[in-house]
Amino acid sequence: MTNADTTIEKSGNPEEAAVPPPGSAHVPAKKVPQGHKRLLTKRDRLTLSLMAGLPTILHIALVWVTALASILLAFTTWDGIGFASITWVGLDNFKELFTNNPQFWPAVEHNVVWFVVLILIPTPLGLFLAVQLDKNIRFSRVYQTAFFLPVVLSMAVIGFVWQLVYNPDTGLINSLIGANEPGKYIDWIGDPDLNLWAILIAASWRHTGYMMILYLAGLKGVDPALREASALDGAGEWQTFKNVVFPTLRPTNTIVLVVTIIEALRAFDLVFVFNKGAEGTELLSILVTNNIIGESSRIGYGSAIAVVLLVISLAVIIPYLIATFRKERRA
Amino acid sequence: MSTALTAKRTPVRPARILLHLFLAGAALTWLAPLLWAVYAALRPYGETSEKGYVSWPDTLTFENFTNAFTQSDMTHYFGNTLIIAVPAVLVTLFMSSMVAFYVSRFDFRVNLFLLLVFTAGNLLPQQVIITPLYRLYLLIDLPGITMSGKLYDSALGLVLIHVAFQSGFCAFVLSNYMKMLPHELTEAALVDGASVWRLYWQITLPLCKPAMAALATLLSIWIYNDFFWALVLISTGENMPITSALNNLSGQYFTDPNLIAAGALITAVPVLAVYFLLQRQFVGGLTLGANKG
Repeated sequence: MTNADTTIEKSGNPEEAAVPPPGSAHVPAKKVPQGHKRLLTKRDRLTLSLMAGLPTILHIALVWVTALASILLAFTTWDGIGFASITWVGLDNFKELFTNNPQFWPAVEHNVVWFVVLILIPTPLGLFLAVQLDKNIRFSRVYQTAFFLPVVLSMAVIGFVWQLVYNPDTGLINSLIGANEPGKYIDWIGDPDLNLWAILIAASWRHTGYMMILYLAGLKGVDPALREASALDGAGEWQTFKNVVFPTLRPTNTIVLVVTIIEALRAFDLVFVFNKGAEGTELLSILVTNNIIGESSRIGYGSAIAVVLLVISLAVIIPYLIATFRKERRA
Repeated sequence: MSTALTAKRTPVRPARILLHLFLAGAALTWLAPLLWAVYAALRPYGETSEKGYVSWPDTLTFENFTNAFTQSDMTHYFGNTLIIAVPAVLVTLFMSSMVAFYVSRFDFRVNLFLLLVFTAGNLLPQQVIITPLYRLYLLIDLPGITMSGKLYDSALGLVLIHVAFQSGFCAFVLSNYMKMLPHELTEAALVDGASVWRLYWQITLPLCKPAMAALATLLSIWIYNDFFWALVLISTGENMPITSALNNLSGQYFTDPNLIAAGALITAVPVLAVYFLLQRQFVGGLTLGANKG
């Protein structure tokens, strides 16, 4: 690892050299010429198809075939014992899900709330911190390290750490405000009116640092001359940010939006560690998992929930990727 | 001395001092939950249950850490993680660099499609595929190859899903990195009659070291931190990697908050060490492929 470290130092920042926030200027202007192909021998062609083929087969088999299987299973019931017991039930699973599952709509709502909170609080906060830390300020690295620290921790560890803050008996908050005695308890983890917000604070704690790093990278790409020009024109700090800096952050904003949506759909570990998705904190991901490792193992029904999750995800992923790759092609 | 230095960079203005006060305050607030966990872990349970957790300490000791570590046999679970993470990181890098090489060096028409498939797959929530994956793992018999005789409940199963899932992201990052390398480099070698494999292994890969180092750091931390795959795809508590095992251990061995704090912090030590030692790679890797969810 130390070796790798020195290599990086020598050859400069990987982030300078490599990849794309969409629309970045890093993509080479030159197209790869066709000439390469003509020089290939038969053996080369075989090597190449193996090199691309094996990873692709593994990826497609474990990710896309299973995603497709989720869709198919969503229209069936199956007890998991032998393929013969798979019965086609049409839209029954979805009908039951939409009309007859007391957890489904709360779960959808909580996923939406999760996204709205992340995009409204930690995201602007991360942007704000990034703008401050980008000012060529002393100790910038120290501050960055502190804000970014939660991002490297696993969600499971974050869950345990925040339980120490929220525990009704022994937790920091209740101890400080004197609510840790019988009769005065505030149950941050169990109370269905409170627990989602408590968890979202922990999630925001992590998300802020993540957003800060993405925006810091974005801000490095803003031409300093633009800012100087704006300052010379007599624009204040806020005006310069609003009219000059923020518009040039557009590619970063796109990434931030996609990352935040995906994060809101993926939310699972933190809630599972906190209270296993008990009342007040149901999420789509938790419902899917409960149909596998929970008491009620219903394969078709669980798959129907997964399909809802898949449809929402693809509605975000596909337009984003098409836009990214189109830009790259044009470049 | 510090004022002199500040003066050299920018004149000290009240606004700057305010900004520093704000940032220092915010940074401390950010660290507070972790510091609180450290404080709880350093105090004996007897003392905290008597005096309450918000109180001045009489004794600070590492006993909770040693107890958490030995009683629950954490070494065993760290070993499990190692068996999963090391092969998963290496194979992911190997596989994704091959795909990236193919995609970036040869303008076959499938390139864009291939890259789309890989990247989109990587962005999916894990729960979308878990039900069929769980069934598939139960169906695949591997007698004599894995301890459980199946892909389910085995380290191999976890390695495979990590590789399949993460290679999308890595292929994306590496292919963009490889596109930056001058095309003449490989073309000249091809004209000289070098094989495609040589082009990949001896010419292209060594030039990708910086990107590979960043990705290796990132992957190690992600795979170490994985909670979900192991939770569902491993049934025997004994076989769980450390992050997922934490959940079981907290009920079984970590019976008071002080021990839970110590156990959770011990689990965080390896990632924190990697983070502090290789911060550049980690942050670089993250912003490098910023489309990661």
